[in-house]
Amino acid sequence: MATEHGSETGFETEQEFVETEDGTRRRLAFVDRFPEAARTARICLWIAFAAFGVGALFGLIQALHRTNTLRIISSADYYTILTGHGVLLALVFTTFGIAGLFHWANTRSLGVSPTSRRLTQGWLWTMSIGTLLAAGTIVAGLFDWIPASADVLYTFYAPLEAHPLFYVGAALLIVGSWGAGLDWFLQYREWRSHNPDARIPLQSFMVMTTMLMWYLSSAGVAIEVVFFLIPWSLGLISQVDPLLTRTLFWYFGHPVVYFWLLPAYVVWYTVLPKLSGGRLFSDPLARVTFVLFLLLSTPVGFHHQYTDPGIASGYKLVAMTNTMFLLLPSLLTLFTVVASMEHGARQQGSTGRLAWLKDLPWERPEFSGIALAGIMFAAGGFSGMINAGMNINYLIHNTLWVPGHFHLTVGTAYALTLMAIAYWLVPQLTGKRLQFRGLAAVQPFVWFVGMVLMSNAMHRGGLAGIPRRTAEPQYDMVSFDAVVGTVGEMRLQIAIGGTLLFVGAVMFLAVMFGTWALGKPNSRLRVNGTIPEPLSGPEESPRVLDNLKLWTAIAIMLVLLAYGIPLYDMVADGLLSPGSVPFPE
Amino acid sequence: MHVHRFERLWFGASLVLIVAFIGTIIYGAVGPGIAMVDDSGGTVEPSVIADGEYEQADNFREPGVYDTEDGVDVYVVARQYFFQPGTSEPIRVPAGEEISFHVTSPDVTHGFNLAGTNVNTMVIPGQVAEFSVTFEETGEHGIVCHEYCGDGHHTMEGQVVVVEQSEFEGGEN
Repeated sequence: MATEHGSETGFETEQEFVETEDGTRRRLAFVDRFPEAARTARICLWIAFAAFGVGALFGLIQALHRTNTLRIISSADYYTILTGHGVLLALVFTTFGIAGLFHWANTRSLGVSPTSRRLTQGWLWTMSIGTLLAAGTIVAGLFDWIPASADVLYTFYAPLEAHPLFYVGAALLIVGSWGAGLDWFLQYREWRSHNPDARIPLQSFMVMTTMLMWYLSSAGVAIEVVFFLIPWSLGLISQVDPLLTRTLFWYFGHPVVYFWLLPAYVVWYTVLPKLSGGRLFSDPLARVTFVLFLLLSTPVGFHHQYTDPGIASGYKLVAMTNTMFLLLPSLLTLFTVVASMEHGARQQGSTGRLAWLKDLPWERPEFSGIALAGIMFAAGGFSGMINAGMNINYLIHNTLWVPGHFHLTVGTAYALTLMAIAYWLVPQLTGKRLQFRGLAAVQPFVWFVGMVLMSNAMHRGGLAGIPRRTAEPQYDMVSFDAVVGTVGEMRLQIAIGGTLLFVGAVMFLAVMFGTWALGKPNSRLRVNGTIPEPLSGPEESPRVLDNLKLWTAIAIMLVLLAYGIPLYDMVADGLLSPGSVPFPE
Repeated sequence: MHVHRFERLWFGASLVLIVAFIGTIIYGAVGPGIAMVDDSGGTVEPSVIADGEYEQADNFREPGVYDTEDGVDVYVVARQYFFQPGTSEPIRVPAGEEISFHVTSPDVTHGFNLAGTNVNTMVIPGQVAEFSVTFEETGEHGIVCHEYCGDGHHTMEGQVVVVEQSEFEGGEN
């Protein structure tokens, strides 16, 4: 099928139309141009949404249990539910959501179909089987008669041991995502063979830099799981070094948050400006941002280990410095997002210094969801700066502050952006009109209010010293002195906020289910997928920005600098020692 | 490459902010002297602690509070699901004196946090977490295990009691 494409940028210049069922014309949607890729993206999104539904239910159970509002499970089972919540939302909902979004973005911007159906099916099945194994083993922990469990939380720190199938499942999910990346790189190669001199289309550039970062960083957890935890859980090796394995985890554990975040950035840079009524401010700065993330996302993992013994302060200092410089691409993004929205509003005739804000299309959920996600991410960014502060971190490490922080980032910047973009994208992937549009219009605000309540209380609870990851933060010998407010009031806000978030999740799923079940295929859509050219195009930026090999090489070098000596130190006293046998024994 | 004037300003302001953040952290380290938990505590095989063979450990002693010439040393074993000492009897230390804590685990990863303060460390099997604290005032501090350590994790707590120097009795040296 011929596609009308901007020669250099992947932004459509002309419109094409198809006939709809009732005989009127409608703009050609993604599903018409790339039916196969649309199907793949749909499958990814449905799996992501299913994981989201279960994970959200688990979240509700936790919020009510922790705050002693309603306890329907035992406190021992709380940790099974918590493991499920973390894995289903932070690994499954994210990875599948990202795969769906990237499959669309890469195909749309290159204008080239995926090259191998077998490859696509291969990674889809690998990721799906991995998910079933990991999730199945976790849920089995709720039933005494199933001899398997994985009550190890999302970080699965050894020597807490899960059933081997949990580790196998996690490994398959990650290996599957590598296959997805290969699929997108092959698409790019196909496109490049027809466009030898063109600049990489922006969305494809973002997809590829994100995936290069992902390959580099997920290698850490792959090594941890495949070479240490799987053989150890099978009894092939008797012990593992807890510090080494958790260091490998955090080598992956911070960049993974950028793996969640960058897809949101793809949307913020490429779709949000259009939804605001304008166009992206600057294509070159978008590229600079993604290159910075490729370079700096990985050599920062030690900032999750500021309070770990066995790691010299100097290594922590290097990670801290790198982390602080990682603020730069996010601060640049803040500028671009706000500037693009303002530009969009002014294009639509808004005036005034701040009056343009109220003229934005807040009644459209695809816009309001993304904009609210951006606002929450700014708040999350500030609490993240505290986390990154090497010494001030000691006040809040492993307190409720930390989940308060990441529910703003992965729990809103990613999650709410994905929900919002689904309102816009799913019609284009299905050819069906969005159903229950009124429900959809309210939903982002419900999520926003729920998260404001829950997250502010969690942050303050953390300052009082209330720990995270516990079923009953109520002790005999420990009292928590709130700096602002009272502990009782925080609990109430967490319970109400958590409930509202669950309601928001159900509303979203109802809209998606309704669209799938009730929407007529081949309808006239309210949305269209055209994305206007940026104000400053790529032709104004140096070509070296597109040299992915160069940036990857520098990224690897930075990782070697940050991790080479510390990892050597840990391995020098024996790869498996000081070592721990599995628990429970 | 064309970069808009506002973008250049923003870029510059961002860099200033970042450098300022790093500056505050360096100041915290060299000014007030906030030290990181690092590798100074050394390592110990978890099985040695599990078997109670403390005399075999280079970097650890039998759990307890020791009054030495250099100050007060506190050796704590964090295990499923109590602190030893700390849970069945509180850790009693004197006010106004530097206390060196040494904490390790014979089983899984734990946490050691005096709630609401920056006395906060991970307790990782195989590693001895070493850090120093000076309590200016007498009083009680709750110890929370803040890392999930098994299905009894939420019951793992303890207490540090800071007493006047005159009331302090340390263990043998």
